[in-house]
Amino acid sequence: MGLIGKVLVGLLVALSAHAQSKFITVASTTSTEQSGFFKHLLPVFEKKTGIQVRVVALGTGQALDMARRGDADVVFVHARPLEDRFVAEGHGVQRFEVMYNDFVLVGPKSDPAAVAGSKDIVQALRKIHRSKTAFVSRGDKSGTHFAEVELWKTAGIDIAKEKGAWYRETGSGMGPALNTASGLNAYILSDRGTWLSFKNRGELAIAVEGDRRLFNQYGVILVNPAKHAHVKKEMAQAFIDWLVAREGQEAIAAYKINGEQLFFPNAGN
Amino acid sequence: MSIFADLRLWDIVALSLAVSLSAVALATLAGLPLGAALAVGRFPGRQALIVLLNALMGLPPVVVGLAVYLLLSRAGPLGELGLLFTPWAMVIAQTVLITPIIAALCRQAVEDAWREYEEQLRSLGVHGVRAALTLVWDTRFSLVTAVLAGLGRASAEVGAVMIVGGNIDGVTRVMTTAIALETSKGDLPLALGLGIVLIGVVLALNAAASVVKELAQRRYG
Amino acid sequence: MLPLRLEGIAFKDVIGPLSLDIDAGPSTIILGANGAGKSVLMRLMHGLLAPTTGRVSWNRAGRQAMVFQRPVMLRRSALANVVYALEAAGVAEPEKPAMEALEEVGLAHVARRPARVLSGGEQQRLALARAWALHPDVLFLDEPTASLDPTATREIETVIRAFDAAGTKIVMATHNLGQARRLGDEVIYLHQGRVMERTPAEEFFAKPRTPEAAAFIKGELPWV
Repeated sequence: MGLIGKVLVGLLVALSAHAQSKFITVASTTSTEQSGFFKHLLPVFEKKTGIQVRVVALGTGQALDMARRGDADVVFVHARPLEDRFVAEGHGVQRFEVMYNDFVLVGPKSDPAAVAGSKDIVQALRKIHRSKTAFVSRGDKSGTHFAEVELWKTAGIDIAKEKGAWYRETGSGMGPALNTASGLNAYILSDRGTWLSFKNRGELAIAVEGDRRLFNQYGVILVNPAKHAHVKKEMAQAFIDWLVAREGQEAIAAYKINGEQLFFPNAGN
Repeated sequence: MSIFADLRLWDIVALSLAVSLSAVALATLAGLPLGAALAVGRFPGRQALIVLLNALMGLPPVVVGLAVYLLLSRAGPLGELGLLFTPWAMVIAQTVLITPIIAALCRQAVEDAWREYEEQLRSLGVHGVRAALTLVWDTRFSLVTAVLAGLGRASAEVGAVMIVGGNIDGVTRVMTTAIALETSKGDLPLALGLGIVLIGVVLALNAAASVVKELAQRRYG
Repeated sequence: MLPLRLEGIAFKDVIGPLSLDIDAGPSTIILGANGAGKSVLMRLMHGLLAPTTGRVSWNRAGRQAMVFQRPVMLRRSALANVVYALEAAGVAEPEKPAMEALEEVGLAHVARRPARVLSGGEQQRLALARAWALHPDVLFLDEPTASLDPTATREIETVIRAFDAAGTKIVMATHNLGQARRLGDEVIYLHQGRVMERTPAEEFFAKPRTPEAAAFIKGELPWV
């Protein structure tokens, strides 16, 4: 019994070591987490301020819902209309633009819908819809999913009504959805960052890029301490201030995969 | 191997062990008395309770995760504790998950033993709590297997710890959530490698338990 | 503690109705064929079963112990098993009386051995040591040697005689006529749940009063 007691105490100590009071919780998206962006960015901030940033990576919709429940201090997501609604509801103090990247349409190299090389995402989507070529959607209320639905709308297609067996909704993050698309040899809308760091590409390659409508803006919002009293507002504000200031913006620009920059800082624009 | 270093692999393994072993310890403290009491006690509704306990062995981890999340969320009843997205939340969720396993298996072992021992124990004037404790100690080797079953379930699950832990890098990332993440990123070889490490760790624990059991059985018969 | 009074007791359709007084002094043997109800009667007397009608009452509080056909030992050492019984009875420092009990039955040399690795005969002796340590007023034995070989049987009978010599009332169920003759002072013959005869042992074996008893002794009754 003595040995077991010692082991238990050891476990409790190990678990308590993780208890650190100088941290904030940021609800963010899978695209920023899975591209390795936070792993690069956060240590810079932590070294400067000693504040540990704990990121819970969900889809944009889920992240905002989590913040509505008061389980985060900051949200860092990419769906402008959803973010605006969040602030209008009083859950967020103010939205700041931080950085942007773009979406790319990824698809099989064999290009069954004949869209590769185009710079017109809307036209490409129409072709895919008409030919009923396999298409994977995240279907998870994420920023990427939201953008995808908006693009279908721009193409004049009410995807909720028009989807058929060719349209596969996985209800998952970007990575798992890409896995599915790779396995099914289907088209999929992805953010460039996740795509660049994705390792299971199979037969997939970028089909359409460069369309202005594929622009993807990230925003950061402080969760409203008036509504959620426990929000660590000083530390959270310090993080937001750092992100939009020169140091944070430079750190964002510095993140590259294979020499290619993933996110483009544009705070204050 | 450098990839593993970058992942802080040993930190992740250590956290996985800390969480699952803590959960097993708590579940054993809760489950053994519960199972023994159910085995020895006689009261109306006992049979229904046994059926319920056996069914709870199959609790889906993701459902437990969701329930504990709702409890610990700031919007929930225990939000003030600030336990969400910490290892403690993961310990709580896993404890809830595996207590039924340990309790149900204990109930079965103790009930079988009670059938054998009942007359003799009652003849000696032993009943109730004292009888239950005696039976638990006497069936301890079977109970080790029950505890290992709980440990296996805890180390293997990802649904509960993902939801209540949030898979936060360096804070609540454990083996299973790390494997899920690497799979999401499409890095299947790495995910597989992590999977092998996880299986290896659990195997080592089981082997150690088996050795301890052998030695003890030789001593106590 | 004695006399033990059984008044108009019955147990389902196995025993009774019967009335019986067990008095202090002579060793009482409960004799009968398989299925006559000996085991059930023993358990009714010891208190492990409650009668469906009637009353079982003791004259005074005291200590009783029971030894079963198959000994049930805990997964611990021989000594620890005896200590367990003493602790259950509320004895303050159980190690010494436990060791003495083991010496009495000749098991002191296996005190530290796991009880479950002992032979059948040794375990039964251990069960008797466990009972001995309690210094009971009454010792019930339910076919204690039915599963043992003749040597082990002899050893058990020696211990039972020691109990008797120490003043413990013996109540033993058996279908072994030789054993009954060796150990018994009086015989209660049970047939299909009822007491057919109650006679001093010598008389019973020489001249049974009922035809069922006579047939039993001659070995003619079928196993029921």
